[in-house]
Amino acid sequence: MSVNITFLVITGVLLAAGFYLVLERTLTRVLLGIMLLGNGVNLLILTTGGRRGVAPLFDSSRDPSEYSDPLPQALILTAIVITFAVTAFLLAMIYRSWALTSADIVADDTEDIKVSQSTAYDEEEDSPVAEDTTEFVDEEGRPIREGEE
Amino acid sequence: MNFLELSPLAVLLPIFGAGAAFLARRRLRTQRLITIGILCLTMVLEVGMVAAVWGGESYAIHIGGWDAPFGIALMVDGFSAFMLLISTVVSLAVLLYATSQGLADGDEPGPVSVFHPAYLILLAGVSNAFLAADLFNLYVGFEILLTASYVLLTLGGTAERIRAGTTYVVVSVVSSVIFLMAIAMIYAATGTVNMADLAVKLPELDQGPQLILHVLLLIAFGIKAAVFPLSLWLPDSYPTAPAPVTAVFAGLLTKVGVYAIVRTETLLFPGGTVNAALLVVATLTMVIGILGALAQTDFKRMLSFTLTSHIGYLIFGVAVGGPLAIAATIYYVGHHIIVQTSLFMVAGLIERRAGSANVTKLGSLAKLSPALAILFFIPAINLGGIPPFSGFLGKFGLLHAAAADADALTWVVIGAGLLTSLLTLLAIIRVWARMFWRRAADAEVPSAQLVAESTRVLEQTAVGGAQAPHLGRKLARELEAESLPWGMRYATGSLVVAGIALTVFAGPIFAFCQRVAAELIAREPFINAVLPLS
Repeated sequence: MSVNITFLVITGVLLAAGFYLVLERTLTRVLLGIMLLGNGVNLLILTTGGRRGVAPLFDSSRDPSEYSDPLPQALILTAIVITFAVTAFLLAMIYRSWALTSADIVADDTEDIKVSQSTAYDEEEDSPVAEDTTEFVDEEGRPIREGEE
Repeated sequence: MNFLELSPLAVLLPIFGAGAAFLARRRLRTQRLITIGILCLTMVLEVGMVAAVWGGESYAIHIGGWDAPFGIALMVDGFSAFMLLISTVVSLAVLLYATSQGLADGDEPGPVSVFHPAYLILLAGVSNAFLAADLFNLYVGFEILLTASYVLLTLGGTAERIRAGTTYVVVSVVSSVIFLMAIAMIYAATGTVNMADLAVKLPELDQGPQLILHVLLLIAFGIKAAVFPLSLWLPDSYPTAPAPVTAVFAGLLTKVGVYAIVRTETLLFPGGTVNAALLVVATLTMVIGILGALAQTDFKRMLSFTLTSHIGYLIFGVAVGGPLAIAATIYYVGHHIIVQTSLFMVAGLIERRAGSANVTKLGSLAKLSPALAILFFIPAINLGGIPPFSGFLGKFGLLHAAAADADALTWVVIGAGLLTSLLTLLAIIRVWARMFWRRAADAEVPSAQLVAESTRVLEQTAVGGAQAPHLGRKLARELEAESLPWGMRYATGSLVVAGIALTVFAGPIFAFCQRVAAELIAREPFINAVLPLS
């Protein structure tokens, strides 16, 4: 199988740009990143389909090198549909997020921040226990402690 | 009737059910009936499937009459049938819980009525992933369940859920992209995506490309299974969803990832080349997860951390390999699905009963709501691995298998496993002591409602005195019935009973898991069933 180096380079660039954009906090950029990622991967699948310029039509009388593999194209079609659905959903979510907060960024998790700021000291578990908590008393009413007789 | 022939229905029934439920979106009663009916039918079908493969048979279905490796094949063996049945049992319990909650709240027809269709589609995706004998079909299964889960996670579209949903969607999409890259490269290297065909052809590749493909698949599945360091998205996104949604996600979604990892390690790359790395990852997953759980004050977040932590045990079992370890892993997956789901359902009940699931606000619940205390206690100590429950049996099997032939690294992981078990117990005890045992007035942020109610119960007990000590308990029961619809309590209870059944019938179930594990490790049953010619 001959490898098309142009396709591979473009795939690499698309994926690198996509992953970079996904790491942004601005949701619109994240969306663009996801679209680039989807296209990059589709191109990668396309390169597995063999020679370009031949039709993906199978006929048993023909030599396998004279037609290209139809399966990657079927895979890409499915992947395109899925990327489309996810993009639509993300757009709706971004719009909703913007409508709610009028900001286009991923917000912090408040509970997460609360936990990270809390101290290791815990009132209930770590506070010193009062000495005289025994309910056993001797005849004069003094508490009996361990080791005393 | 041959249930194995009918197994594609495990995917088709929920899909068509989702369509019907969506058409009936203005008629809530019909919609509920459809969803529950479909799930019951699916469960009957899957009981039949499990019975048919109980002895260790494998059966492949070639969709549309196209023979593998060209057509799409579905695979029913012990592992997939077991996972299918458990997932349907759990989702049925959660569905009854959600329905009862919806009935009690009188959910209005509006955006919320997409819950039932989305739920069925989620289940169809999960079933498809379990049945797939084809990497691309597995990918499609993942995408179906993920897309449905996006909808369920952001149900209602509040600011908090949209925030959680963003993290979840982006992480899931990235993992799908990595999975798709792996599929493309595997196809370029071998010219097939059929798993049985791959099992034959992948070992013929050079070591270098094999390792790359292997690691790519593991990263993709590791994100879905929430394996450290790819697990940090989970505690951020799960707790904000509605209680039934979190419960079913916690039970099923990560386990689909674990299922895929088990298939990858046993069928596609059986050499165990990355086992040492998996052991390290398993240790980190267990220990860091449980340390995270100890730091939480929100009960649902704590449960999310224990969820990721215990995924470590499953990875541990996979990394140890061998029939006993794989059998214990399969058993532990079943245990983990049921226990985590029931705990999240209990968290939902607590939130409903007390107005919050934050332990700093709770107290007196053992007195106020004894039924809730029992429902919490059984799965909680089961999670902590207290004998005789299934958590103990699963962990014992795993550690026993690991210790049989252990090197220094494995001993470290065994130690980490024991430590994690202890710390889980500590986390559980702390929650128990705070939410159930202490007085509501002693809470860090006392809740006025709980304080008032516990005072009333105590007064009633005092009024009754020695003659009628049950007066206080009666009032507690009335208060409980007011806030918790019986359907929610019974649905949770039935899942807790299912967890106990996993313990009571551990003998036959574990023997079944051992047969399944032997089959997985042998690989021939799968390959021969899918590729009849070879």
